[in-house]
Amino acid sequence: MWQALYEETQSAGFSVVTVALDRSADDARPWIEAARPTHPSLIDVRHRVADLYNMVNVPTVVWIDEAGRIVRPNDVAFGTDTFKHITGLEAAPHLAALRGWIRGETSALPADRTRALLALPTDADQQARAEFALGQWLWEHGRLPSAGRHFEGAGELAPHDFTIRRGTMPMRGVDPMGPAFREMLGQWTGAGRPYYRPLPG
Amino acid sequence: MPTTAADGRSFTIIDDGRPATIPVDVGPAGVRIPARAAGDALGWRLTGDVALEELAAALGRPVAADRDERAVYVGVGAAERGRVLTSLEAPDFTLPDLDGRPHSLAAHRGRKVLLVAYASW
Repeated sequence: MWQALYEETQSAGFSVVTVALDRSADDARPWIEAARPTHPSLIDVRHRVADLYNMVNVPTVVWIDEAGRIVRPNDVAFGTDTFKHITGLEAAPHLAALRGWIRGETSALPADRTRALLALPTDADQQARAEFALGQWLWEHGRLPSAGRHFEGAGELAPHDFTIRRGTMPMRGVDPMGPAFREMLGQWTGAGRPYYRPLPG
Repeated sequence: MPTTAADGRSFTIIDDGRPATIPVDVGPAGVRIPARAAGDALGWRLTGDVALEELAAALGRPVAADRDERAVYVGVGAAERGRVLTSLEAPDFTLPDLDGRPHSLAAHRGRKVLLVAYASW
């Protein structure tokens, strides 16, 4: 889907950069090879981009202009309706807005409006990311029980950060598609918390 | 009872993803880093030993420590992340593709970019 969008707008001086927040190239490989992309498909084992941009779930999209400035910050709006039954979000308005921006038909938001849409990380968010990073280092060095403790701690510090709570499931031996995730999601949404929080408008 | 670096106790200090194994002292106040090792681990030029957690807190940087495993991760603080995001300058990064080739966001300067983060989970 991103590849189709990329091909459509290639002549417009537009790039798609995809980043897989995955443990290894092998985890992301099936997804990337199925798409056969000509855009950069990158592997972010350390979740560096999630830290830099304060991303807390996937998929997340950011619009960046020719000068390297954020014109639309983190959004979970999807490019297809495949996920609509899960998220309740329609793709068409987002795609129409995206095409308008790429083609230069619509201008970017004023900077102060863009700033108002930013979600800035808290100290707890960054502490959670440090715990997650320590957990990763321990996991990579075979210290699995210790790693698990830091992953759990990270999840408690930032319960809204699903790149941690769900992203650590494979390392903790939990199926991220299975009953443990569904139970976690049920508790979260049952408490009135959204799993996807799209940008307004 | 604090142990001294002369005991051969070393910790791995991971500074925003960059690890270094250095001699440390461990006491009630936490991990103390000898001045001479602080440069290797954190790039800090110091004239005396430093209490790692205390100085990191003063700098607004989060610390995740596992004393049993002798590993400490020093992350980037919320104020710094917020400062960069508020400037609306898209943070640069360099990451490998499937073939291990590095790609940077900055290489796309001059083109509009749709940055998409996703995962297999």
